[in-house]
Amino acid sequence: MIHIPNPEFRRRDLILGAASAAALAALPIPVHAQALSGGQSAVIDVSRARAEPIPIAIPDLGGSDGAAGQLGRDMSRVISADLARSGLFRLIDPAAFVGGAAAPTAVPNFGNWRVTGAQALVTGRVESQGGGNVRVEFRLWDVLPQTQIQGTAYTTTQGNWRRIAHIIADVIYERLLGEKGYFDTRIVYISATGPRDRRTKRLAIMDQDSENNRFLTDGSWLVLTPRFHPSRDEIAFMSFANNRPRVYLFNLSSGRQSVLGEFNGMTFAPRFAPDGGRVVMSVASANGSDIVSVDIGSRGSRQLTNSGAIDVSPCFSPDGSQICFASDRGGDQQIYVMDAGGGGARRISFGSGRYATPVWSPRGDLIAFTRYGGEGGNFSIGVMRPDGSGERILSESWQVEGPTFAPNGRVIMFWREGRSRDARGSGFSSRLVSVDITGFNERNVDTPTDASDPAWSPLGT
Amino acid sequence: MNTKIFGALAAVALLAACATQEQAATGGGATTAGPVPGSQEDLVANVGDRVFYDFNSATVRADGRGTLDRQAAWLAQYPSVNVLVAGNADERGTTEYNLALGQRRANAASNYLRAKGVAAARMNTISYGKDRPTAMGSNEQAWAQNRNAITSVR
Repeated sequence: MIHIPNPEFRRRDLILGAASAAALAALPIPVHAQALSGGQSAVIDVSRARAEPIPIAIPDLGGSDGAAGQLGRDMSRVISADLARSGLFRLIDPAAFVGGAAAPTAVPNFGNWRVTGAQALVTGRVESQGGGNVRVEFRLWDVLPQTQIQGTAYTTTQGNWRRIAHIIADVIYERLLGEKGYFDTRIVYISATGPRDRRTKRLAIMDQDSENNRFLTDGSWLVLTPRFHPSRDEIAFMSFANNRPRVYLFNLSSGRQSVLGEFNGMTFAPRFAPDGGRVVMSVASANGSDIVSVDIGSRGSRQLTNSGAIDVSPCFSPDGSQICFASDRGGDQQIYVMDAGGGGARRISFGSGRYATPVWSPRGDLIAFTRYGGEGGNFSIGVMRPDGSGERILSESWQVEGPTFAPNGRVIMFWREGRSRDARGSGFSSRLVSVDITGFNERNVDTPTDASDPAWSPLGT
Repeated sequence: MNTKIFGALAAVALLAACATQEQAATGGGATTAGPVPGSQEDLVANVGDRVFYDFNSATVRADGRGTLDRQAAWLAQYPSVNVLVAGNADERGTTEYNLALGQRRANAASNYLRAKGVAAARMNTISYGKDRPTAMGSNEQAWAQNRNAITSVR
């Protein structure tokens, strides 16, 4: 296995060590402005079925000098792209702005923003400080009631600007929608290159907006199914290193990799427990696979299923009390839910076709899955409640697979494969796709190569 | 020069359009008089290196039993040869399930060989799931080729 102790992978310490956030005092709203205030707040309840996107104006953040001004423009662009991609915000075209950008340290002229149709407004300023540091100040305004919703200043290294922009986008998202955002996150996935019968597959990681892509393995061995640890800078994945297919842990800070547990046969389909102390995964058995739980500290293992069938793709409920998994114990592959200690398994999927890759939402309210082999022959990504009720299909095509939830449970990412047109594999492709859990706002996710097996990181890691 | 063997070797290479790159490269030692006995090329040309399975099944079919019978006899003839049996699945399933299904197929072939007298210590198994297709199309013909267990000399 290749060790790549590359400090560039490290991210957790960037903010924690080098940045600080401070609340900004509310600016006094002038009396004449207060007199004009009134009207519907931009703050909405996003749990409503299909909220209209919030119209928001994000003029370029100002700068104390040329370099800071450029940084301000870049940050506004990242914040805008995050919010627009969510489908829950509508960006006001800067061409409609009246009187130029807002002075970042003053109360905005709300009348000028009201006429653009904006209900929310973001202002801010970047100030160059010594030693490559910058201070980023931002305020979020509720245009119609003419109030400041949020004011925060971040001090950080300049190289950290992109992450600060994502954090600001998360603050805006949370303050206006009432739930946590998912922009300060990363995606670990499998990159694929080369002809279809000799694919080179590499572990790769990128920010959720496809920036900062890095390859974590060199493609010497087949790698599959990476998953993020719930709190550490660590992933579990499957590697065929030395032709021994096993689940590995990969510490992204140190670059260290280690096989998880001692098993005679293949281990695969890993997923971390919500407390981060254990991994559940499958171990090949005589005629299928069993689900085991492995303690990361002691490496002690415990067998959770013993059906003699293929029991695969285990995933904990967010409270750690239950595990959903796929099994062909009843003939066709279906989804089951059992107690976290094993036992009490009950089938929850009953639609047409086979069900696979169940993933529990971080909110606990839904299980996402891959379904295939039913009427029409297509594959689909869907969700159902943990008791199997309320099944909805979010996306369907020739081949889609492997849902992963954003940490707020609002967005699902998966991958879609294009069908080969001929015996050379022409037309075959594999790309990442995201979709809102309502089934709206489906978008392609850019990757530098073909991609599969996405896994969404927790927020702020 | 034995042209008959040559013809047979070439035909097999074409049939198994699937042949991996290494096989194609090493199998092209066509300036000698056919495959070295007991070699991978010998196995491919004169025995048959793979058996095929029905959709979502790991049951060795009648045609596969014939191939595995020949493999067992061949392995008896070359007792120093050890093999890797690799199970594969077509693309119409999920990665994780297909890893388990491919392992079932490798186990089925290897268990059959063991029942025919091949020592367990001479065989290893591995599953590539749907990640090592030999046929690159997206149709039933390609999938039928990709649902297999492939025996190779190691």
